[in-house]
Amino acid sequence: MTHPGKGPDGAADTVRGGPRRRRVRAQVGGVPLPLLVPALIGLAFLIVPLIALLVRAPWRSLPELLTSAEVWQALRLSLVCATAATAVSMVVGVPLAWLLARVEFPGRGLVRALVTLPLVLPPVVGGVALLMALGRNGIVGRSLDSWFGVTLPFTTAGVVVAEAFVALPFLVITVEGTLRAADPRYEEAAATLGASRFTAFRRVTLPLIAPGIAAGAVLAWARALGEFGATITFAGNFPGRTQTMPLAVYLALQSDPEAAIALSLVLLAVSVAVLAGLRDRWMTTG
Amino acid sequence: MTRTARRTGRPTQVAALGVGALLALSACSSSDDSSSADSDSSASASASDKVSGTVTVFAAASLKESFTALGKEFEKAHPGTKVTFSFGGSDSLAASITGGAPADVFASASPKTMAIVTDAGDASGTPTTFVRNQLEIATLPGNPDKIASLEDLTGSSLKVVLCDRTVPCGAAAQKALDASKLKLTPVSYEQDVKAALTKVELKEADAAVVYKTDVHAAGDKVEGVEFPESADAVNDYPIVRLKDARNAEAAEAFIALVRSAEGQKVLTGAGFLQP
Repeated sequence: MTHPGKGPDGAADTVRGGPRRRRVRAQVGGVPLPLLVPALIGLAFLIVPLIALLVRAPWRSLPELLTSAEVWQALRLSLVCATAATAVSMVVGVPLAWLLARVEFPGRGLVRALVTLPLVLPPVVGGVALLMALGRNGIVGRSLDSWFGVTLPFTTAGVVVAEAFVALPFLVITVEGTLRAADPRYEEAAATLGASRFTAFRRVTLPLIAPGIAAGAVLAWARALGEFGATITFAGNFPGRTQTMPLAVYLALQSDPEAAIALSLVLLAVSVAVLAGLRDRWMTTG
Repeated sequence: MTRTARRTGRPTQVAALGVGALLALSACSSSDDSSSADSDSSASASASDKVSGTVTVFAAASLKESFTALGKEFEKAHPGTKVTFSFGGSDSLAASITGGAPADVFASASPKTMAIVTDAGDASGTPTTFVRNQLEIATLPGNPDKIASLEDLTGSSLKVVLCDRTVPCGAAAQKALDASKLKLTPVSYEQDVKAALTKVELKEADAAVVYKTDVHAAGDKVEGVEFPESADAVNDYPIVRLKDARNAEAAEAFIALVRSAEGQKVLTGAGFLQP
């Protein structure tokens, strides 16, 4: 997930140059078999299920299935919540990544492990943990309720919270990897020229790691868009308020598998479109 | 294992066959056990002579507590037998049976999910209803919101969760609401009955409409409130022996136990109604 060696400058000169690219293609004939075979198996493993989804899709009834208001409601909610969760992740995640990469403090390894913990936690457990913390009866949520009258479960804000919880580690890890690969001497140079640490971060570090932030944001957004377990556990399922596409797909699967496939195709198409669009824009290193 | 898979050979069911092969192996070993046990104690009851080996029961999740108890009783009454259970949502169990999963007995939570199996021709004979389950309101311990009827749930200040309409408990709740011409807007349509109950157990919701047996199983973490409209939406639980049962005698014996007075006592003890 982290590409420490794939710093913005290093990646640019390997891929951008025209002649270099041609030479890479010429080398394909020389790929050793022990690498090529598992690589192709891996590729097929990822692609065949998607092809199967396309093959078995109910193309004839697709227009009818997709014009229902409920589908667009769920799709809009998914996009809004995933984007909001990504924004939240960026606001708190970039500073957190900077802290982990640039500041020496006791227990840094432990903090880094804690940051990655939601990655291995089953999302449903994450949802229960969020209920314990931010639920109406949770250790923080109880105060939120009595002081501000704010309850997060069963609300759209709750969906954003659940999605940000699972997406944030992706952003932090990616940005931290980029920060570690970025040369700290630029920041030191800025400091010798009289810039404060915050100014150096804002004017030097941030532009330097922008591609890493973009890559992290895309990963976080994709993870948030597909989020199911934490969302249904923490925010519940109500059409138009908390029912995102993955929830709609899961529930449709119980009664109408064809509708579920149709919904999945929409989600797939939208994510491919967005990711492809972003790739051209930012992720030229990919 | 590979040999079994190749012989039966339907490519779409490789996973199910893998499980089948495992079960077949375990069935073999336990029937060996039982035959030696029989020869040891030749004076055992004549009825139980024929019953041996492993019987595999696919049952609705709501039957978990009572069927596990009945399975133990069955093994005690028929030494050398072993009952293995697969508990889950009735619809997904039905789908795996029609997909070729090896099971001897299927007990589902609704005639609709049972029909998936009978329509596919996988059942042997007609299913019989062995218990019924009724809805109940699950609310916080001590009933702080003074909920006494289904109508009380329609008050806008309460956070109520229902099961989604695609799952049996949600369909039943909708039927009860429709029958009494009530309109209820929940905060969430949960994916199954246990998820709905959990929201009340965690005090995130004030009330949920779930099965009586679920309220019973939750103990004192929730309080049950009966409501008369639930009589309009009682779920029948059918049970049937499957056509491809590897152990037909034991399957019949298990169904007989479930329907016997003894079995009914265990089931009603868990909150089920007699058929």
